[in-house]
Amino acid sequence: MSLAAGRVVEMADSRQFSSDAMEYMSSLYGAALRMTRNPADAEDLVQETYLKAFRAYGSFQEGTNLKAWLYRILTNTFINTYRARRRRPEQTELDEGEDLYLFRRLGGLEAVAASRSAEEEVLEHFTESEVKEAVEMLPEQFRIAVLLADVEGFSYKEIAEILDVPIGTVMSRLHRGRKALEKTLHEFGVARGLVASASEAPA
Amino acid sequence: MDQGESNFNVEDLFKPSDCEDALHRLYHFLDGELTSERKSAISKHLSDCGPCLAAFDFEAELKAVVGRSCREHAPSGLKDRIAAAIAEASESTPGTV
Repeated sequence: MSLAAGRVVEMADSRQFSSDAMEYMSSLYGAALRMTRNPADAEDLVQETYLKAFRAYGSFQEGTNLKAWLYRILTNTFINTYRARRRRPEQTELDEGEDLYLFRRLGGLEAVAASRSAEEEVLEHFTESEVKEAVEMLPEQFRIAVLLADVEGFSYKEIAEILDVPIGTVMSRLHRGRKALEKTLHEFGVARGLVASASEAPA
Repeated sequence: MDQGESNFNVEDLFKPSDCEDALHRLYHFLDGELTSERKSAISKHLSDCGPCLAAFDFEAELKAVVGRSCREHAPSGLKDRIAAAIAEASESTPGTV
């Protein structure tokens, strides 16, 4: 192929890549922001993700899931670059409490049908930034699983492929991450007086 | 409930094993990871069981709240920055096709 022809193909390629991949920029940025917890780092991470994706676009299989592929690159880049840069080691222990942590402490499973919206009403009182903060407090591996499932709506199988772990690991991270998230929200709720502090759940 | 009777009791088809089973599959249900058969079995249980329904509603709402709260708009300049970086990369790496 001549240089000129090669250049034309490249330009067509980069245009194709941009039109296909750019629509995911805001959701990638959102995930990057929760991962890095810092807007400048999040922008850099997203840009790096797109550059890597562009360079590897030739090996991307048409017909496979472009969004999941981009998330896989984002996640790997985050883990390899940003995590390595951090001084303190990543926390992996999780103070998760039991199933349905928050719900139980709002009287759920005890209550009869009549009051069934009372627990949900409490959720309305948490601010967006409290919820973000609670998510960001999760240790990385749990946080990423929760983000991929609850924010991006990926299936367990897709998350397993993005993170390169077995599906059972995805389910366990989600389950434990969600319990820990409820525990954090409960603490926020108690601090704000939204939730009674009698913290023992009914047996 | 006539527990301890050897006679078959319709009530035994429900609690507590149905509640346990439903709660055990709560996240699979909310995440859309169940077969339609299992899903409708749980839906059926939820229509009969207030506490389980409340738990499912609560967790569904929490999932939705997390989804809503964490959604972001990329900063306005980011798209141009990325486009420029890609243009530069495609200039400087001949033969990538």
